[in-house]
Amino acid sequence: MTRQITYSEALNEALREEMTRDPAVYVVGEDVGGIGGLFDVTRGLLDEFGAGRIIDTPISEAAIAGAGIGGALVGARPVIEFQFVDFMTIAMDQIVNHAAKLRYMTGGGVKIPLVMRSPICTGISMGAQHSQSLESWFAHVPGLVVIMPSTPFAAKGLLKAAIRDDNPIVFLESRRLYSVKGEVPEMEFLIKIGKAAVHRKGSDVTIVATGRMVPLSVRIAEDVSDTADIEVIDPQTLKPLDTQTILDSVRKTGRLVIVSEACRSCGFPAEVAATVAELAHDDLKAPIQRVTSHDAPMPVSEPLESAILPSDQDVIDAIQRVMAKG
Amino acid sequence: MKLSPQRLLELYRQMLTIRCFEQKVVDCHKKGLVQGAAHSYTGMEAVAVGICAAMRDDDYVTSTHRGHGHCIARGLDVRRMLAEIFGRATGYCKGKGGSMHLADMDRGMLGADGIVGGGIPIAAGAALGCRVLGHDRVVVCFFGDGATNQGSFHEAANFAAVNKLAVVFVCENNHWALSAGFEATTAVDNVADRAAAYSMPGHIVDGNDVEAVHAAAVTAIERARTGEGPSLVECKTYRWEGHSVFPRPDPRPAQEIEDWRKRDPIAALLQVLLDNGILDADGQSQIEEEVAALIDEAESFARSSPLPDPETAFEDIYV
Repeated sequence: MTRQITYSEALNEALREEMTRDPAVYVVGEDVGGIGGLFDVTRGLLDEFGAGRIIDTPISEAAIAGAGIGGALVGARPVIEFQFVDFMTIAMDQIVNHAAKLRYMTGGGVKIPLVMRSPICTGISMGAQHSQSLESWFAHVPGLVVIMPSTPFAAKGLLKAAIRDDNPIVFLESRRLYSVKGEVPEMEFLIKIGKAAVHRKGSDVTIVATGRMVPLSVRIAEDVSDTADIEVIDPQTLKPLDTQTILDSVRKTGRLVIVSEACRSCGFPAEVAATVAELAHDDLKAPIQRVTSHDAPMPVSEPLESAILPSDQDVIDAIQRVMAKG
Repeated sequence: MKLSPQRLLELYRQMLTIRCFEQKVVDCHKKGLVQGAAHSYTGMEAVAVGICAAMRDDDYVTSTHRGHGHCIARGLDVRRMLAEIFGRATGYCKGKGGSMHLADMDRGMLGADGIVGGGIPIAAGAALGCRVLGHDRVVVCFFGDGATNQGSFHEAANFAAVNKLAVVFVCENNHWALSAGFEATTAVDNVADRAAAYSMPGHIVDGNDVEAVHAAAVTAIERARTGEGPSLVECKTYRWEGHSVFPRPDPRPAQEIEDWRKRDPIAALLQVLLDNGILDADGQSQIEEEVAALIDEAESFARSSPLPDPETAFEDIYV
């Protein structure tokens, strides 16, 4: 059996391997040095690579973003960390007006090989300013690549690929997955950016899920396997989206459920639903179902947060709704 | 380090090139040739030219929405600059950037910038990148007085100072945002006073005196390159034209504009050249004719350049 490591260990390995391979790779962020990051992703890297390449910063998100963009412009390959994805809002000018657009605005005159890592921290009672799922914001911006790994395997392979890619990449991790173990080969591997992963084959329903909702959807698919044979697709890269894998699956199953922790309106699930409706409407046996967080700020108290987040039952109900048709 | 007579002549030519280029942009805007906005650098020529004269070829610059002067002082080709401003395929950005996004990595020009203060964190980041890569390059970061009221300035200044990054922050204090005066918007008398908050030297320079600007730049660049950290150089100057080529009411007092026009940085340098026998009237005429011809040629090049193929709109979004 392949060895098992956690999601955060997988990310740590990816950083270590890429920093060893390429001296132009370095890490910039709050608390990434001595304590190894708030969630241990950079643990041990300061000792191994020194303060010249594991760079602790002031609490200055715009400066952190600029550190990444400027470094990328002059030929380095920075990996910057925002402690919570919510804090990326403080750096949105740098990310949206600069990182995403510099290549285009200069007619291809520059490239921005930059990885912007940050965790989505739902489900741990952190409240409205530390629990947002903002992937749809970034996926809306041309020029950005958006990646959301859902397993230790994906975390390692996609982070290594992201560091070697020449585009600005928003790399969104899931706080509650950091301690989850999974199979990760000892040998080096990369995962292709822009390619979805099919986590479970099935013939009745297609579930498209992102981040922490992927393992949840796989678990539910197993639980309900007596009544519905479910295919679970993780896009892995939200932008550019592997539309083909989703369409192929929907054409087979005729039923689509999209599961996301982000709030409902104008979110990534709406994009997937619209794409499928445009391109595979005649293959659908049932209306497309979205399972998302409610359109509300995230509350702290556990029963309140659970009421806002998608639940197992919400996914099961959506499966039953599509299975009731066709 | 004093500038040689030969070097002073070169700087005079550069300043004159900026002046003529900007006049050409204004004229061409009136003829409908300019696509989008353009912001005139006229009156501020000594800042870009004096600073860039102290830089190495492999150093970097971040610029602003008012960036034509920085581009010319860094040696960008005025033909391709004007073509870009006309939205032509031969422009530096193939028509995608226009005036506010001129960039040329070959000349270390990391880009003009349409966001006030947007280039400042990037300058600090470029300097950090240079350090990681083992380069002893300096990043000169131009911005206006208005940008020093943006959070990005303060974050980047602190970040650069605490890491002793090789950045020279150059504030072009032209005393006015679009319609708001410096005193009405800024809580300090001098932008350079803000350097103290980040434990870096703050220099106040007559931004219309190219030799003074150059001398301050030499000091700040030397400090940056030797690992002592950033400096803030405030160049007091003035823009002669309105905020942009789009005509808007200009709230600035007529007398103030007139007073600053009397302190023309190009006329001042010319006087130095004439007084010291570096240039005579014939030489002056010759330079003026050559610069005018260069700028006319730029217009011909830009006018005769094709507009971009619409298909290219979909290129350069990703690598």
